[in-house]
Amino acid sequence: MLSFILRRVLIAIPTILLISVFVFSLQKLLPGDPILAMAGEERDPEVIEFLREKYRLNDPVPVQYLNWVGNALQGDLGISLRTNQPVLELIGEKLPVTIQLAAMAMIFAMGIGIPAGILSAVRKGTMTDYIANIVALSGLSIPNFWLGIMLILLVSVKWQLLPASGYVPFAEDPWRSIQVMLMPAFVLGTALAATLMRHTRSAMLTVLTSDYVRTARAKGLSERKVILKHAFRNALTPIVTLSALLFGELIAGAVLTEQIFTIPGFGKMVVDAVFNRDYAVVQGIVLVTAVGFIVMNLLADVAYVLLNPRLRNEA
Amino acid sequence: MKLRITLAAALLGATALGAQAQDLRIGLASDADVLDPDQSRTFVGRIVYAALCDKLVDITPELEIIPQLATDWSFSDDNTALTMQLREGVTFHDGTPFNAEAVARNIERSRTLEESRRKSELSSVSGTEVLGEYEIKINLAQPDATILAQLADRAGMMISPDAADEAGADFGLNPVCSGPFKFEERVAQDRIVLSKFDGYWNADEINLDSVTYLPIPDTTVRLANLQSGDIHILDRLAATDLKQISDDPSIDVKEAVSLGYQGITFNVGNGERGDNPWGNDKRLRQAFSLAIGRDIINQVVFDGNFRPANQPYSTESPWYDSEFPMPERDVEAAKALLAEAGYENGLDLEVQVPNRPENLQLMQVIQSMASEAGINVKITSKEFATMLDDQSAGKFTGSQVGWSGRIDPDGNLHQFVTTGAGLNDAGYSNAEVDRLLNEARTISDTAERKKLYDEARAILNDELPIVYLYHQTWLTALADGVDGFVAYPDGMMRLEGVTLNAE
Repeated sequence: MLSFILRRVLIAIPTILLISVFVFSLQKLLPGDPILAMAGEERDPEVIEFLREKYRLNDPVPVQYLNWVGNALQGDLGISLRTNQPVLELIGEKLPVTIQLAAMAMIFAMGIGIPAGILSAVRKGTMTDYIANIVALSGLSIPNFWLGIMLILLVSVKWQLLPASGYVPFAEDPWRSIQVMLMPAFVLGTALAATLMRHTRSAMLTVLTSDYVRTARAKGLSERKVILKHAFRNALTPIVTLSALLFGELIAGAVLTEQIFTIPGFGKMVVDAVFNRDYAVVQGIVLVTAVGFIVMNLLADVAYVLLNPRLRNEA
Repeated sequence: MKLRITLAAALLGATALGAQAQDLRIGLASDADVLDPDQSRTFVGRIVYAALCDKLVDITPELEIIPQLATDWSFSDDNTALTMQLREGVTFHDGTPFNAEAVARNIERSRTLEESRRKSELSSVSGTEVLGEYEIKINLAQPDATILAQLADRAGMMISPDAADEAGADFGLNPVCSGPFKFEERVAQDRIVLSKFDGYWNADEINLDSVTYLPIPDTTVRLANLQSGDIHILDRLAATDLKQISDDPSIDVKEAVSLGYQGITFNVGNGERGDNPWGNDKRLRQAFSLAIGRDIINQVVFDGNFRPANQPYSTESPWYDSEFPMPERDVEAAKALLAEAGYENGLDLEVQVPNRPENLQLMQVIQSMASEAGINVKITSKEFATMLDDQSAGKFTGSQVGWSGRIDPDGNLHQFVTTGAGLNDAGYSNAEVDRLLNEARTISDTAERKKLYDEARAILNDELPIVYLYHQTWLTALADGVDGFVAYPDGMMRLEGVTLNAE
């Protein structure tokens, strides 16, 4: 098991390097000069030149990249061109926000998606199945930004039940923090719930027709026990893989959701940073996201092995 | 049980907070940049400074210069020195006393800090002399009529010199000024929190315990926050939302015509692409200007809430040139001018525009009006940073841009149309305009100065390197309970006298 994890970590290193090269060069291909973007209305050529030197933007691109990697290895991700804050500090500020959003969204997604999937598999072909499918499809098709704005108008403006947007740190006021996050997490969760529901349904359908389920039924076990203990446990493997892969979708969805609800998380930071050509920030976020993605996949692999004893020998 | 106790504690905490309730929450249209008056460059940054950093002088809504940290001032006879009397008993947020020495160090920093964006604003300053504890003389290399207006903005903001020396270029992470509120914390893209500074010289006018600025870029969401009671003051209401909230009695809107403008800059001589029919023949630009109805733009795109523009100053400004009233739309005259220039069958005009819905809509309205005169406008929508880059590099024929505006008339004109100036993206050059605008800088008599601007306007109105379209109106929306707020043409939110009655 340990060597399996170690092997996976070693493979991850070149992947991360490759991603960082890719993102670095893509950014440089973007038209638009960061210093000019940051100068805005005050364009003093002398100051612009000084800032280009200061942030080493006059160096050849490969040199800029190596500098960045060198500093990153020492834990220095540079400073934001826009606010002068260290990128590492910014990431430390934003990461918990997006993790909270992602976790709450995942709770919504799983809480809705998995039971709906099981229900529609068990009642396949009935009204329940159709309704669950329609709801799931709408969840997939309704754009995040539309649902977000509708919820704000209805829940915050009309009924005044929840705050319209913003963020309160969990440590500062847990109750309010959850309140503020409810709507965005729901919006982000619905799309994922749909995907999860569809996959749970098809995994359950396969399992429900297998021999051991028939045997379990023949033994006279209660239907509840058959479904939850025998069928669902075996249908879990693909669902776990999917949940790990959904992490990527979660981050992508967070970009939009955070923008609508003005949540100061990763997604909002990366969008604003791209528009401001705040290279160091974009680079830092991509690095952390890539690492996160790889860790999630690693965890999923480990989880398989734990869930499915047959894989243990191969590992 | 444990959970219940925590919940009860949280609820108790909430009521205790409710009792104070003097935290004013302001929803801003975007996030501020670095909070160092010498380095910052965004409009929203200046909104935050209005509560954080006092300036040597301030303005009235009518654009008159009034005392703030300087109580009185006078120019020497040859206009090459400005002597200021300073307010006594003022301290910075860190306790450092404010005096002539502090002013001298502030001006020195603005002029010499390598990262400083204030160098060009203070380019006429040659040095300072401390004449007494509360008297300072600012020496000018040449007479500069704009200097007081500069000192009424970021160049005149006083920061604690000790804190500035210690922090250097990192001052913006923890700014220490002398305004009515002091810096508490900032979470990028989320909030900037300021709390009341008890030692403020004008503390009687301050009725709030703290101010929280929340950047909420989406106009719909920003308005939803105001309607749901999550914010008290809303920065820049969308003009098209005004109608929707006009029948909501709980929301009040204050208006002030801005100092800035929006227009189309033509490339008349910036790089190779300056050599194009539109850049070479002023008759084409005149035809374009005649083909568009500015009032129609205002009605269609902004529900009539902005002001049509044909010059860099609005009708509210003392610098408005009434010799040139708003031209009537005249499609026939435009066609005649095109024919005279040899384009009786019409021609194309490529205009780049920021990819924001409002700007695109504006250009589409212009496109349809111009087409009636035979001008085929091609809209190239670009992401803002890219557009800025192309514009300063001269990679455009027409560019739809705006300017947030300055108090002094010089700030809206000189740097855009004088030869080789920093923001002269049009690449325009006219010796007579240069002479007039340079001379206008040195004259302090308003009437005499205005004559020079009017003369320059006459030339610019004929040659049209920039076709002006409209002046934005600052629409600031206030929730129930907010009183005493006054809208200023510079769009800043001054919090003296503002009260918040939480229901």
